Amino acid sequence: MKRLSGKTALRLLRYVSRHRALLAVVFVCISISAVAGVAGSSFIETLIDDHITPLLAAGSSDFSGLARAVFYMALIYAAGIAATLFYNRAMVTITQGVLKKIRDDMFAHMQTLPVRYFDTNAFGDVMSRYTNDTDTLRQMISQSIPQAFTSVITILAVTCAMLIINLPLTGVVMACVFLMLFAVRQVGGRSARHFMAQQKFLGEVNGFIEEMINGQKVVKVFCHEEQTKAAFDAKNDALARQSASANRFASILMPIMANIGNLQYVLIAVIGGAMATAGIGGVTLGAIGAFLSLARSFAQPIGQISMQINAVIMALAGAERIFQLLDEEGESDEGAVTLTAAGERESGLKSRARPAEGWSWRRERGDGSAEYTEVLGRVEFQNVTFGYVEGKTVLQGITLYAKPGQKIAFVGATGAGKTTIANLISRFYEITDGTILFDGVNIAEIRKSALRRALGIVLQDTHLFTDTVRENIRYGRLDATDEEVTAAARLAGAHDFILRLPEGYDTVIDGDGGSLSQGQRQLLSIARAAVLNPPVMILDEATSSIDTRTEAIVQKGMDSLMDGRTVFVIAHRLSTVQNAKAIMVMEQGRVIERGDHESLLAEKGKYYQLYTGSFAESD
Amino acid sequence: MEVIIPFLMADLIDIGIDGGQVAYIWKMGGILAACALMALICGVLSGSFSAFASSGFARNLRREMYYNIQTFSFAALDKFTTASLITRLTSDVTNVQMAFQMILRMAVRSPLMLILAFVMAFRVHAGLSLIFMGAIPLLALGVYLILGHVHPIFMRVFATYDRLNKTVQENVRGIRVVKSFVREEHEKDKFNRISQRIFADFTQAEKRMAFTMPLMQICMYACMLLIAWIGARLIVQGEMSTGQLMSMFTYAMQILFSLMMLSMVFVMVVISRASAERIAEVLRAESDLANGPDPVFSVPDGSIDFRGVDFSYAGPAGTLCLTNIEVSIASGETVGILGGTGSGKTSLVQLIPRLYDATAGTIEVGGIDVRAYDLKTLRDEVAVVLQKNELFAGTVSENLRWGSENATEEEIALACRRAQADGFIRAMPSGYDTLLEQGGANLSGGQKQRLCIARALLKKPKILILDDSTSAVDTRTDASLRCALREELPEMTKLIIAQRVASVRDADKIIVLDGGRVQAVGTHAELLQTCRIYQEVYHSQQKGGDFDEAFER
Repeated sequence: MKRLSGKTALRLLRYVSRHRALLAVVFVCISISAVAGVAGSSFIETLIDDHITPLLAAGSSDFSGLARAVFYMALIYAAGIAATLFYNRAMVTITQGVLKKIRDDMFAHMQTLPVRYFDTNAFGDVMSRYTNDTDTLRQMISQSIPQAFTSVITILAVTCAMLIINLPLTGVVMACVFLMLFAVRQVGGRSARHFMAQQKFLGEVNGFIEEMINGQKVVKVFCHEEQTKAAFDAKNDALARQSASANRFASILMPIMANIGNLQYVLIAVIGGAMATAGIGGVTLGAIGAFLSLARSFAQPIGQISMQINAVIMALAGAERIFQLLDEEGESDEGAVTLTAAGERESGLKSRARPAEGWSWRRERGDGSAEYTEVLGRVEFQNVTFGYVEGKTVLQGITLYAKPGQKIAFVGATGAGKTTIANLISRFYEITDGTILFDGVNIAEIRKSALRRALGIVLQDTHLFTDTVRENIRYGRLDATDEEVTAAARLAGAHDFILRLPEGYDTVIDGDGGSLSQGQRQLLSIARAAVLNPPVMILDEATSSIDTRTEAIVQKGMDSLMDGRTVFVIAHRLSTVQNAKAIMVMEQGRVIERGDHESLLAEKGKYYQLYTGSFAESD
Repeated sequence: MEVIIPFLMADLIDIGIDGGQVAYIWKMGGILAACALMALICGVLSGSFSAFASSGFARNLRREMYYNIQTFSFAALDKFTTASLITRLTSDVTNVQMAFQMILRMAVRSPLMLILAFVMAFRVHAGLSLIFMGAIPLLALGVYLILGHVHPIFMRVFATYDRLNKTVQENVRGIRVVKSFVREEHEKDKFNRISQRIFADFTQAEKRMAFTMPLMQICMYACMLLIAWIGARLIVQGEMSTGQLMSMFTYAMQILFSLMMLSMVFVMVVISRASAERIAEVLRAESDLANGPDPVFSVPDGSIDFRGVDFSYAGPAGTLCLTNIEVSIASGETVGILGGTGSGKTSLVQLIPRLYDATAGTIEVGGIDVRAYDLKTLRDEVAVVLQKNELFAGTVSENLRWGSENATEEEIALACRRAQADGFIRAMPSGYDTLLEQGGANLSGGQKQRLCIARALLKKPKILILDDSTSAVDTRTDASLRCALREELPEMTKLIIAQRVASVRDADKIIVLDGGRVQAVGTHAELLQTCRIYQEVYHSQQKGGDFDEAFER
């Protein structure tokens, strides 16, 4: 495991220093509060020397001077208390501000990451960075930073005072400081390793829980509770071991430091005493007394710092993982071609002759002017080759052509590469070889956001968000009116069942909960794509869980939904495929047959086999 | 030990240095050094033990929670969301762990120091130390008020944490949807609103907590000023010495210091109290689907009887998803279930392995009420392939072994052949040892479904329920799968929920559901004659056509 680097600390401090102004005020307040504390200790001397002793000597009972002193002291204390209150509250704002900023930054950056990142990282581990890792920063910022500041000031002041009183004895103190630093290095370094491991294992446990609880119903159906408990125990124990080691090193640091401090005290007393008796270096007993109290006030801040080291190391371990996510390379998006509305944007599902009307691709020329290409929805694949993993191609030399408004269907055995085609058009993955053209523009040159805005995608995995039905449909186009949402729901055939829900369109659905059947979820995701009203639609098994009777009802809407758009359909059902302009039969990443329904049947090839269900074994 | 050291030090200065007694310095120095060494050893040991104890405590909490979650019914799982359970298992446990460790380290030491300082102060001057006695209850009251005030805010903060976690989870899982609709900005806004709420609530809570420290200072400084004022008078009246006053101040400082330590503990305790309550909620939630008093441990056969079953997800008060279901299925039969989207097909079959309990009526498997069975026995004999199925990170065969821990390779291969999965598995780079990404991201929808069926077959159940489990499987494969089930596993009762008539037409019995009621039961031929809905479904697929319809045309 790699060691904690100073870079992480610096980067973290940069976040904190965003609140520079407030931080400066905090430091001032801390100083005031410290001064009040010091004034408190010297007040005792003043009290005795200036008031009590004279009073005793005079034998009088005039307490007015004393009352004044007490009053002034009360004022100083009040100022100190006010300062303490203020800086504590300010630190809260700073701390929470930093945490918020870090979370927001992480989330914003996460949105730019390529789909591949999410394929390869445990979901729960990513989530852990927002909660567990960010939480580690809380104590550090809110307590360690002000504490460190106070301590540094105190230590500096005390060191100066010690140097003035006695040089050799200061040497003793310095030796002890050196010893302390050595201990911090040794113990702290070790605990850092374990803290990093702890955060890593915490992420793993988080990942495991996320996966298992999400699949808890499967666990139950298979009576697999005992096995997951065992697997959980293993991860949980590993976490507990790391956590124990990390905290052990961190918590033994405090007694070590405190007692080195005690030893130093004894050493000074003994050496100082010996020096005084032997008369070396002009040490007086009074000086030793003063020095000893200084040594005590020297040890205290060091003890406090050592208590914070725990928090600091843990925070750095958490920060390391946060920055790891932030440093993850985002999706490359060098595309210069954007999407613009040439005419005024007329929304409404049926108000336009063509879904794509009024949109064009805009390409900047060098001289500041721009070249416009009308968005028609023409999609071409030229010799496209692709593999998710290097060396293992999933698609091999795919060439196809979809004219604007055409419906292209993909059929073929599962795993033939149909979904992959959908993934490539939307540039979730980068193709290995070949080109894909959209209205003649290479999609590699189109800004991803523009490309995806031009595509309406209904995925095999219906994913809805925890929100109302209405908002889930509106997700397709955020400025859609309620009427447009309803219209889209009608088109998708979802309107009727939505009205039957307890609160109609305002029913809150749970992102992955069981409140809707799978078919109903599919209808909602179709409505979501419909409200976007894109020139090109990709339907990947979009109606697989919808029963055919409902589908027959939906069909009319679907037909008008597809009308005028370029549509890519991946389906098994003939009803969805039959009227396609071109049907691509895929097998093992290649298009092996193409043509319309009739011509493919006449060919009596694979399509014919699939269609008639005759089992002439071929694979 | 650490409590004594400061007092010894005070002695050393007072008597040794101020008195100039070198011998005394040596003696006390030796004692002090020994004390420090002892304290060092004890401190290191106690540090180690407290770390060990607190992380062990956290581990036990997590384990107990996780174990309890395993007993949750589906209904309870729907109630707690995944995201919330995750926060409770990690963040909340961490909070409690920190507080626990802090308490171990401080809770003994600080009060001890406090009491000792008190005793010392009392010995110096009983009357004067009564000032402390007045201050402490005041302090306690203040702290109590602050904490009571802050606690509800912290409860709210952690509820918002759940939402934060949920938003992240939905985004991570649904990143394709976010990206395909170019909703990154929208999601950022959504997230920022939640993080802003956490910021606001946390700031509010902690700002109130920030009053504890000044409160302590007020009390202590007031005490010190009072001591100074009264002490001075006492000295002048000759009832007290200057040295005694000095000691009084030292003890006052000592008390202040321990109170500060205690206040830190309080902060942790308050935060962790909210967390502890959330943990307790999970620990306390009892499965409402517990075994009966005298559970049955074997399922005689695969017959299923529904007797007057009503069901609602929301309990007796909710709207019924299923009404008065009356169905008998003999062992070994193949039964098709057909019905519109949302007609209650999934709800119906989930009652058989007791994933939910019926609201009214009884369900019998093998002639015995399902509630009389041991849950594990029942679920081992009733295999459900869920509509929304999950595969887990691990190899293909690890996933398959969920069905049967000790299955031989031949058994696994056989199950896969029957589920039509053997072919594509062998075509994968490492065959059965190929690593699956989480959720089976590197498989197509149809491949996932077939793996899930194979996994269920490995259980060798008496009843197999396929809940629309072949929707993404192409028609030809679907047909071979059904053929394999029919030919090779005739003993097993098979319930097939499907959209395609072809998937169920050769079943012994087809149940047509509509609006949560059984509309008709019969064979394909019978239903074509009598059932209007069935006719409609059939004709919609005839007219629109489907690969399957062509099958026997």
